[in-house]
Amino acid sequence: MNLDVIISYIPLYIEAFFLTVKIGWLGIFLALAIGLAVAFVIHFKIPFLSGISIVYIELFRNTPLLVQLFFIYFGLPKVGFTISAETCGYVGLGLLGGSYMAEAFRSGFESVPKSQTESALALGLSRKQLFWSVILPQAISQSVPGILANVIFLLKETSVFSAISLMDLMFTAKDLIGLYYDTKEALFLLVVFYIVMLLPVSIIGSFIEKKARFRTLGV
Amino acid sequence: MGFEVLLKGNNMVRLLAGLAVSLRISLVSVAISIVLGVILGILMALKNPIITVISRVYLEIVRIMPQMVLLFLVYFGTTKAMGINLEAETAAVIVFSFWGTAEMADLVRGALLNIPAIQYESSISLGLNKLQTYRYVIVPQIIRRMIPLSINLITRMIKTTSLVMMIGIVEVLKVGQQIIEANRKASPGAAFGVFLIIFLLYFIACWPISMLSRYLEKRWEN
Repeated sequence: MNLDVIISYIPLYIEAFFLTVKIGWLGIFLALAIGLAVAFVIHFKIPFLSGISIVYIELFRNTPLLVQLFFIYFGLPKVGFTISAETCGYVGLGLLGGSYMAEAFRSGFESVPKSQTESALALGLSRKQLFWSVILPQAISQSVPGILANVIFLLKETSVFSAISLMDLMFTAKDLIGLYYDTKEALFLLVVFYIVMLLPVSIIGSFIEKKARFRTLGV
Repeated sequence: MGFEVLLKGNNMVRLLAGLAVSLRISLVSVAISIVLGVILGILMALKNPIITVISRVYLEIVRIMPQMVLLFLVYFGTTKAMGINLEAETAAVIVFSFWGTAEMADLVRGALLNIPAIQYESSISLGLNKLQTYRYVIVPQIIRRMIPLSINLITRMIKTTSLVMMIGIVEVLKVGQQIIEANRKASPGAAFGVFLIIFLLYFIACWPISMLSRYLEKRWEN
């Protein structure tokens, strides 16, 4: 491997890194919002909306992100919805992630025993208090492992953005290989930057997971 | 809307043939993953310190490296570093098996370690020997836990194989693009119809398998 080549590539990778991280986390926050809303709608069996939500979850959980992005980015403009590649990136990631997050939140909601609701109502809590102070905190601490697994999964999925010509890490690597044939150096930096992006999340994730587990055990 | 493109000539057949390529790659990879994953999972459950360290590193690599990066490493990297010229499809099978084996091994290890000690103790007190304990008590429980999860792995594998178009394998997405390109003049709106159909094709391929896995998981819960 040629060190000079690596050094000369680093600025390009840093730029791509920030773009990937930005779109990845925007997508993840969108996914969390969609997931929580959808799980809420399904768990409390809100008419009509819960039907749509179930169809949404099944559709997006059973198709690849790449196909979803192609449809949103290349397909939808033909019927009048044009969005930029960047928007398409986090909207696509958010929609895919939303369906996974919804499942995580839903199993969290389901794990809260009925007696909790009944006791809260017997104590005279309002519906709003019941949801925000009793059900939600317990549901979330139960869904933490699922959510963290999804966060890592979604950050990894960002690697397909290059297919809709976003200048992300993957795109940069491919571009440099095509231009200069320094395959080893380009691939090496690709791996390094993905480790920088994901290893901290993975480590912090397992730490949070342990904390959350303690809380559910009441320690 | 662009659906008419698919009725021209044998376009729909080509699209389905493209899907068959993805399905073939995923099924071969799943088969390899299950075999290797079960072996590695059992090894990991033995708690040998050396195996534990190696498998931890392996699992962590798979956990944080996107499959696409692995695909590039194997497909472009091996040629450069070792001078081996891998076929794209071989590279894909290697990468997906590498990934699937890790997933499978983790599941097997989890299932093995989750069998309560009381199951072994009860079997001994009932007078079963070691072989009988495994044959009648432990293995059936593990299989019940493993089958839904392995089926689930198939759908995840099918979804992930959509990435192989990025290393030049002509599968359903690539065929879709070719059809759109070829009909650019005649039906400029083809992208909508073609990509929607591909989206639905993937859904039709994965959804029944997901449902089956969920059904089995519910049925065998206890």
